[in-house]
Amino acid sequence: MTQALRNPPKKDPVARSRQPTRPPGIRSRSALGLTAAAAEGRFELQQCAECGTVQYPPREVCVHCLAEHLPWKPVSPLGKLLVSTTLHHSNDLYFRERLPWRVGTVRMQAGPSVVAHVHGDLADGDDVRLALKLDRSGQAVMLALPTKNTPHMEDDKILRETACDPKFRRALVTDGKSAVGMAVTQALLDAGAAEVFLGDPQLWRKEPAFEKLAADPRIKVVPLDVTDTDSLERAAGEYGGKVEILVNTADMEREGGLLHAKDVNTARNLLDINVLGMMRLAHAFGPAMCARAADGTRNAVAWVNVLSIYAQMNLPARAVWSATKAAALSLAQGLRAEMRPSGVRVLNVFPGPLDHEWEQLTPPPRVAPKAVAQAIVGALKDGLEEVYVGDVAKEFRDRLAENPKGLERELGA
Amino acid sequence: MSAQILTQFMGALANGGIRIVDLTETLTPEFPTIVLPPEFGQAWPFRIEEISRYDERGPAWYWNNFSCSEHTGTHFDAPVHWVSGKDLPDNTVDTVPLSAFIASACVIDCSEPSAQDPDFLLTIDYVEKWEAQHGRIPAGSWVLMRTDWSKRDKAVDYLNMKPDGQHTPGPDAEVVPWLIKERDVHGFGTESVGTDAGQAMHFDPPFPCHYFMHGNSRYGLQCMTNLDQLPPTGAVIFSAPLKIRHGSGSPLRVLAMVPGKS
Repeated sequence: MTQALRNPPKKDPVARSRQPTRPPGIRSRSALGLTAAAAEGRFELQQCAECGTVQYPPREVCVHCLAEHLPWKPVSPLGKLLVSTTLHHSNDLYFRERLPWRVGTVRMQAGPSVVAHVHGDLADGDDVRLALKLDRSGQAVMLALPTKNTPHMEDDKILRETACDPKFRRALVTDGKSAVGMAVTQALLDAGAAEVFLGDPQLWRKEPAFEKLAADPRIKVVPLDVTDTDSLERAAGEYGGKVEILVNTADMEREGGLLHAKDVNTARNLLDINVLGMMRLAHAFGPAMCARAADGTRNAVAWVNVLSIYAQMNLPARAVWSATKAAALSLAQGLRAEMRPSGVRVLNVFPGPLDHEWEQLTPPPRVAPKAVAQAIVGALKDGLEEVYVGDVAKEFRDRLAENPKGLERELGA
Repeated sequence: MSAQILTQFMGALANGGIRIVDLTETLTPEFPTIVLPPEFGQAWPFRIEEISRYDERGPAWYWNNFSCSEHTGTHFDAPVHWVSGKDLPDNTVDTVPLSAFIASACVIDCSEPSAQDPDFLLTIDYVEKWEAQHGRIPAGSWVLMRTDWSKRDKAVDYLNMKPDGQHTPGPDAEVVPWLIKERDVHGFGTESVGTDAGQAMHFDPPFPCHYFMHGNSRYGLQCMTNLDQLPPTGAVIFSAPLKIRHGSGSPLRVLAMVPGKS
């Protein structure tokens, strides 16, 4: 049975912090199909379009008939743990620090046998459920898990290494006064976060819900405005070394297209908050988070950007805002590549239309801020890189993959 | 006594005994800012966007947002602007003593030689000849170098950029420490885009006016206009920069008070 994780004791302040290492991260181009699935929490393998053979590891051609058309398909993750072994030695820096480490062979119901990291609650011969997870190198690995949840199973070392669980960690929510910011904060606390630094960009604005939230002893209100480099430097100077999960909820959303909204000022405000704000946050908090990526049980693990599905294609009714979200997405991809060597995960969140005051005339379904918050916490626990929130976002994603031009026309209709 | 002086002063302003000359260029988007090699950070030019003008964005009011650097348009340089002044006390625009914002001025006319040679350099010899005519530069006085450069077409002739860099007049490397040591000047002011000459990066030390003036707690004014309306001596300059926390300089309104007709 998994030992429940305990709230970690205070760190020895004069001990050298452990520097981040990462497991081997090199993959073939074919194998990156696994990474794509793992990033969104799907379980997919190559399945030959000619003969239907499911294969693992990924290859260029079918192992059975040599056909080249090998689409990625959802397959059953169930199987049987044939045999496992526990490593007590490794020459790899990452695994050396984490020994002993369990690996085993699983025979899948779908056909192939795979070598997987093995959860501590499994015994040889058990039925297992495989999961594709991103490890600290950001690449997909196979995990063999119990078919039914066991007590504290999320606290097992191999799951903890692939997840970004808020439990006992400290988080910064950059705009704590927004509806999404408050919902995320509550969800992080409910998930066991030790402390949440709640950014307040407008000290002068009374917000009863914010004040109620701030009364929780686990909340520390921090003056923080992503357009103000100075405020970020102050906040990072004080608390930057304690942020293990950063959730950037700062967003400014406004209606309006291009031709008739002759308003460069508002466009600039949108850019300043939605794009340059992320950049300033990265400058202020990114380096310390990367440096603390292996800092014990309470290591820095995740950077969360609350974007929008319209980051992926412009919604002409909110053209400028969409453009800033697209720019933020692009920046987030750059940030992800820069943070990846440390192991800090960048999670991009793509909600559909939000149920808040700036989308009053958007017809339902709209995503409740609480749903965004739950999706974020879920994605952190699952160690995802991309999460789509709400039906609109999920449908959008599929249609973007099928017919992007068609989607462009429909959004502009 | 001092109340009387202020009353007299206001009276002189009212009756034309003291005339106010505006030495400030208008802040416009097209006004040139200094151009540095592209590897370096660049100063923002002046930009302006309307917030509202009695319209749907604000029915009863007109106002704008603007952006610019601390060194855009007619502007003041504080000692912290240069590395030589980085550790001096009261070296930022918010801490510079208020007394620095009002000082008399000596205006050295270099318009003729500058018209003939855009690389004209003010020398000790030139200043001494000016002094022979107008008297010794008093301590605590601005030295303003009149070149009529402000009358040049902006931005091409004004910046006068050539393949080997900018060609605009300024002080040479000897006159600046001499002005500080021998004349105890308040600062140095010009009409061109900087207090140093266009080619001053090749001087020893580079940018001597910035290096010596700011390294000795002296100030700079540049991009000024109407220096041709000032007497060689006797003008009083009012030049208070914006109070920017830790600011290295600021655009400002530079006013000269000069003896009038009556």
